[in-house]
Amino acid sequence: MNAFMALLARDLRLATRGGGSALLALAFFASVASLVPLGVGADLKLLGRIAGGVLWVAAVLASLLSLDRLFQADLEDGSLDLIALSPVSLEMAAAAKIAAHWLTTGLALTLVAPLLGLMFNIPESAYGALVASLLIGTPALSAAGAIGAALTLSVRRGGLILPLIVLPLVSPVVIFGAGAVIAAIDGMANGALWLLAAFSLGFVLLAPFAVAAAVRLNLQ
Amino acid sequence: MPPHIQALTVSGLACRRGHRVLFRELSFAVRAGEVLALEGANGAGKTSLLRQIAGFLAVEMGGIAITSDTGDIADAEERGAFIGWLGHHDGLKPQMSPRENLAFYTGLYGTAGDIDAALGEVGLSRAADLPAQYLSAGQRRRAALARLILSHRSLWLMDEPLAALDAEGKALVNAALEAHRANGGIAIAATHEKLDAATATMRLGAA
Amino acid sequence: MFQYANPKRFMDLSGVLLPYVATAAGLFLIAGFYLGLFVSPRDYQQGDTVRIMFIHVPAAWVAMMAYGMMAVASIFSLVNRHPLADVAARTAAPLGALFTTLALITGSLWGKPMWGTYWVWDARLTSFLLLLFLYLGYSALWNAIEDEVRAGRTAAILAIVGAVNLPIIHYSVEWWTTLHQGESILLSGGPKIAPVFLWPLFAMAFGYTLLFFTLWTVRIRTEILERRARALQMAEH
Repeated sequence: MNAFMALLARDLRLATRGGGSALLALAFFASVASLVPLGVGADLKLLGRIAGGVLWVAAVLASLLSLDRLFQADLEDGSLDLIALSPVSLEMAAAAKIAAHWLTTGLALTLVAPLLGLMFNIPESAYGALVASLLIGTPALSAAGAIGAALTLSVRRGGLILPLIVLPLVSPVVIFGAGAVIAAIDGMANGALWLLAAFSLGFVLLAPFAVAAAVRLNLQ
Repeated sequence: MPPHIQALTVSGLACRRGHRVLFRELSFAVRAGEVLALEGANGAGKTSLLRQIAGFLAVEMGGIAITSDTGDIADAEERGAFIGWLGHHDGLKPQMSPRENLAFYTGLYGTAGDIDAALGEVGLSRAADLPAQYLSAGQRRRAALARLILSHRSLWLMDEPLAALDAEGKALVNAALEAHRANGGIAIAATHEKLDAATATMRLGAA
Repeated sequence: MFQYANPKRFMDLSGVLLPYVATAAGLFLIAGFYLGLFVSPRDYQQGDTVRIMFIHVPAAWVAMMAYGMMAVASIFSLVNRHPLADVAARTAAPLGALFTTLALITGSLWGKPMWGTYWVWDARLTSFLLLLFLYLGYSALWNAIEDEVRAGRTAAILAIVGAVNLPIIHYSVEWWTTLHQGESILLSGGPKIAPVFLWPLFAMAFGYTLLFFTLWTVRIRTEILERRARALQMAEH
């Protein structure tokens, strides 16, 4: 457990230190979301309706942004070899890195989202669903993204392929996440949050094994 | 101290990268207190051999076994628990200082050790709190050596341990190897330069 | 020695079987076309448009089957480390993408007279669009990794993750169309199919399946020969 925490703490420190990825992801999230009203017009009624979908798509893109270096940096500077030889299993190491990524992007996006919701004129009744769906769903983004990052480890321009393989995998997150917000706006109960939670849990449990398998291939 | 190893035995080992066979029928043994210098031209398979022993690279033919106090170990994953790795790359995060880097590794490896003393030993006391990106290649190599010492592993695998180091740095590596030997440790070092602490030399690709 | 022990047996066996499978595929497709275009009547609602079904539905079926085959081959690749499984998985992907594209094109051609537009975000069309992206991502990953063995195993992990995810994607898309009150679904079954449409459909489904296996075998054989040639080239150095 100490080894897990050591890795988690190191990745948190790297993400938040000057030039780290955490603030970049937040800024990216806000600027993508701000671009949408410029594209579709400032009709507040329309914006309030599509806000859930827009913020979810922006969250997916912002999560992807910082992912391609998730394992690449460790591979290039030799840390990955040393992590592989440490007492912590590669599966646990993957879980630690996914957790660190989520804390610095997913959780941070969730906390900023209500502010953007305000700019999008989201109905008051939908704030709870927006925050809850992001809180529950973004771990799946980090987990699926970590799989993509590990699979593209030996690809020189992995950043280009990563979105292509991760986006279809996370499409259910967008569907259920944005669906939960729409349902809240319409005042309906549709169980989207439960479906989202199940999907998210499944991915978070699956990811460490897929990541570890992919990392092992790249230590060769 | 770490669990003690009596010997590392390699028998009939072959290594292939892509369609090219680097070596085959490779057999040797290194016993406690020995330092094996691994020589050979570029592409002879020195790094690949080290990565096979570390368990990173799959063994298709032949065997690698460790004789420890608790019995023989042939499994690659279990073998990893004995290995101290000094690879081609230093494993340092450029944004973190040597002290922070070493603290991370002692946390990850669950080893207790005096980081300040280790940094002093390799002559990095004054650069201990500088982000590693501001250090020279030789200074980073020294920090990596301190990390290796602090890992408290009994089988050291070193890839060009003398690279980028000045005369004083090279002496540090030799001294560390002598100390490791005296503790009953084993080391295998791939090197292009003469390694004074070596007790035996093997040349790859000569056959 | 290291490799190609079993691929050799595959080459011998497939060389013998291939002409028969190809012929059977051709016969079924001709029969299906004939029954579908000339024997079966116009649908009382859809008119001649219904005949697109005979091309669309089997293409959709093979598109999904190809992913299943790819996933099974990927499991063999990871567990048994068999080079033939690598080749089988790799070559199934472009074929799967091809049939998925065919299903998408015929689906939207069908949609034009039905819905008045080439594309509606119907559950089936949307699912197949995402399936196409899964195929494209898989092939892109394969081609981006230089080392053959590593490429095969890496892509195999993606194929398996995708196979676990595919039913969920499908379910979520179905759920999504009910949420947003999409068009009523004519493509996925709809009202019961009359027996007179079933026979040509069966013939086409058999024909498509055999066609897939024919093309797959040809591609596997080509890939094995290419790898042998590459191995020989490397050995000369």
